[in-house]
Amino acid sequence: MSEPVTIRLTVNGKRLEGRCEPRKLLVDFLREDLGLTGTHVGCEHGVCGACTVLFNGESARSCIMLAVQAEGAELGTIEGLAKNGEFHPLQQAFHENHGLQCGFCTPGMLMVALDFLRLNPAPTEAEIREAISAVLCRCTGYRDIVRSIAAAAEKMRAGGEGTR
Amino acid sequence: MAEPGRRPFIGQSLLRREDRRLLLGQGQYIGDLVLPRMLHAAFVRSPLAHARIRSVDLARAAAVPGVVFVLSGIELAQLLPPVPDHQVALPSKWRTAVHHHILNPQQSLLAADKVRHVGEAYAVVVAESRYAAEDAAALVDAVFEPLPAVVDPEEGLRPGAPIVHEQFGTNLIAELAVTKGDIDGALQRAPHRLQRRFHHHRYAALPIECRGVASAYDERTQSLTTWSATQVVHWVRREVAATLGMPEARVRCVALDVGGGFGIKGHVYPEDLLIPFLARRLGRPVKWIEDRHEHLMCSCHSRDQIHDVEIGFDKDGRILAYRDRFIADCGAFNPIGSGAIYNTIAHLAGPYRIDNFAAEARIVATNKVPNAPYRGAGRPEAALATERAIDLIAGTLGLEPAEVRRRNMIRPDQMPYNVGILYRDGEPIVYDGGDYPAALEQALAAVGGLEAFRRRQSEARRENRYLGLGLGCYTEGTGAGPFEGATVRIDPSGKIYVASGACPQGQGMETIFAQIVADTWSVSPDDVVIALADTSVIPLGFGTVASRSTVTLSAAIHHASERLRTKTFAIAANLLECGPEDLELRNGTVAVIGVPDMSVPLGRVAKAAQPGWDHGRPAGVEAGLEDTYYWEPPTVTWSYAVHVAVVEVDIGTGAVKIERYAVAHDCGVVVNPMLVEGQIIGGAVQGMGGALLERFVYDGEGQLHTGSLMDYLVPTASDVPDIALVHLHSPSPLNPLGVKGLGEGGAIAPPVAIANAVSDALAPFGAEFNTTPVLPEQVIAAVRRGAAHR
Repeated sequence: MSEPVTIRLTVNGKRLEGRCEPRKLLVDFLREDLGLTGTHVGCEHGVCGACTVLFNGESARSCIMLAVQAEGAELGTIEGLAKNGEFHPLQQAFHENHGLQCGFCTPGMLMVALDFLRLNPAPTEAEIREAISAVLCRCTGYRDIVRSIAAAAEKMRAGGEGTR
Repeated sequence: MAEPGRRPFIGQSLLRREDRRLLLGQGQYIGDLVLPRMLHAAFVRSPLAHARIRSVDLARAAAVPGVVFVLSGIELAQLLPPVPDHQVALPSKWRTAVHHHILNPQQSLLAADKVRHVGEAYAVVVAESRYAAEDAAALVDAVFEPLPAVVDPEEGLRPGAPIVHEQFGTNLIAELAVTKGDIDGALQRAPHRLQRRFHHHRYAALPIECRGVASAYDERTQSLTTWSATQVVHWVRREVAATLGMPEARVRCVALDVGGGFGIKGHVYPEDLLIPFLARRLGRPVKWIEDRHEHLMCSCHSRDQIHDVEIGFDKDGRILAYRDRFIADCGAFNPIGSGAIYNTIAHLAGPYRIDNFAAEARIVATNKVPNAPYRGAGRPEAALATERAIDLIAGTLGLEPAEVRRRNMIRPDQMPYNVGILYRDGEPIVYDGGDYPAALEQALAAVGGLEAFRRRQSEARRENRYLGLGLGCYTEGTGAGPFEGATVRIDPSGKIYVASGACPQGQGMETIFAQIVADTWSVSPDDVVIALADTSVIPLGFGTVASRSTVTLSAAIHHASERLRTKTFAIAANLLECGPEDLELRNGTVAVIGVPDMSVPLGRVAKAAQPGWDHGRPAGVEAGLEDTYYWEPPTVTWSYAVHVAVVEVDIGTGAVKIERYAVAHDCGVVVNPMLVEGQIIGGAVQGMGGALLERFVYDGEGQLHTGSLMDYLVPTASDVPDIALVHLHSPSPLNPLGVKGLGEGGAIAPPVAIANAVSDALAPFGAEFNTTPVLPEQVIAAVRRGAAHR
């Protein structure tokens, strides 16, 4: 073990700092040191995708990154999606299309979908399926997640959300 | 019950009230729980399948900074009495009628004498942080004397095999047998006979949230609260209280948001008892969160049965006799006893009329992770045996597999149909309604029809493309007892409060029970408060396993509400100065029938019911407006389904692509169609994973080769097709609402439907897929074998 280090970063638009051991995983830092437990730990080896966050705008698995790698970075997590208590169109679409059951993979699904729709605002079903293959869901069988993302894409295109 | 037939909310796809917190990242799962002064536990788990523990040296681990406590199984054995028997009790009706012999190996909370599977814990470390605890766990020095492992259950039954539990002198830890009719005579007389071996492999529930337990002991009140990611809070409470020698009244178990269960969290694990023990002993809260590697090597696996089927039939394909002798590999312990294995026996006949039947099961201990129910719980294995056998009958006679099913299916005019053997609850199996042939036809229609498929299949074969269609039909006993309870209370605010021991893990129970209560009490679902998964809200509960909660809890709510309505009307009549018989429930009030303006809000009735001065109760009516009813179902309700898989098999790579998939199912009255579809599709995709991807691989020494999600493959969104659903509705007569359970169903049939489809696709090669999963290497081997014989 070595001495704790200070990490300064921006999460969901807020500048935060915390101290942790240099070996601490980013996901543990987010959850334990910053209290952002919306990001989940499903496998700790970078397969299940539940821990996916936005790292400088791109989706990344926070369970196979160190917190120190996030020094100065801008992160996005599930907690930052809604604005003033209003769902983001993706959250609204997941709600309306039953895109979640237990909710454990949901933070990863939302972050992957957000990044994906930024790059591909008008995806086909097959493209959505391929994109979310980065996250394992055990409850839904994926159909309603795919429908949620397609519905959100449509709404975001109409509302110009994809560019934000 | 407000007005018969008036149900504005039951049957509607209400959006889920659970969603908001989960979508905002404000859910609270066990891993999110932080308690003041909380410590973290890490387990030290066996690297060997079978070994005697010679010594465990904890000194180096104890010296790690931040470590507070270390404990080996050897030491624990001196601190705690042996684990109490926590197998599911069997009803006496069953015990007296079914031939059985069951031994009961109990798992220590930490292994003390031997380790019996890779992953069994033999020591625990408690530290200020999880990182420190894991550092220290890696420094525990144990000396093992390796023993030969039992890996193959049939080998385990041979004389001279190593013995997993020496006290029994055998690895055969249970035998069960059921017969009906004259099996030997009918087999002998049958014009055709067929024998085959079917193996349903070992795979698991794999919720995305692993297990976890946190406990806190309060010295002041000498009480303990334990939070567990469990499906059975009352069961956990009972075992914790027994283990710690505490009154149940001083133990509370809570399941927070649980990230999937599917059965794997449906019983009490050693960690559920050890973490509370540590919290009390150390006087500080202790939390343990299972990691994925641990999960794969210590949370229960499932399935894993070898069936030897002998079936007699006539020239038309009618089944005359069916005998199945099977072996279940239960792993090192058998936490649920005979449950899933008897389920297999009870479901072998499926939707078919079989007059002469015999099943004999042997449960064998091996040096693998213990086997316990997972979504389907013994039924996928039954479906594999029966549904593969039917396809083989069809192949023998040159008939269409669907036609053989039609000829053997129980018809709707034969309902209710007595199968002639007992269910696990000791009651005769009587199918309570349904139209199995209609489900078959509608499922086939949903993939474009059988004839159209056969044309497409033969055209494809001319281009050397191999399409196949496979069926999987099953019946499923759901909503099993022994009981579930509901407390219904009218809150002074007018809200209806319902508490129960049911425990959700994503099913949407808070939503569906709000719908049911809203219709029962003529209120809005927003005026219903649902409290679940917490032993402090209701004295007794069973929990959420075996496709039961909608069935059992809806009935408990109904009966508690009926009694409470009588009392509510008595008090309201007093307030309205009329007779109770003049009253009805109307939009959150108790109202005089036929008089629009004469009513009293439910909240006012609740206030009038309170004890004290100036209450509004009539003479003789006790204070309070609450009722608790424990519903004991007469027996199970019978759901059923037909699955159809259409696959394309690439004979070059061995890959199996599911091209189309359809499910025609019947779960009686549907409370929320959106959630029903979610359950079926989710279950079916788990079954597809089991059919093609997921499996536990052990080598000859009992080493687990699938200890990460890189080796154990779970289906992703691009691995699975869209699934067509057909809904049939035959309300069950066995409960007030007419519901049947459905949580597990989707996962039962995909393995056999896909095995049948691949066999059908490769029929030109004479291929038979009688084991799961269907792997590319098996496809290629079958094609080569077939090509060599052509």
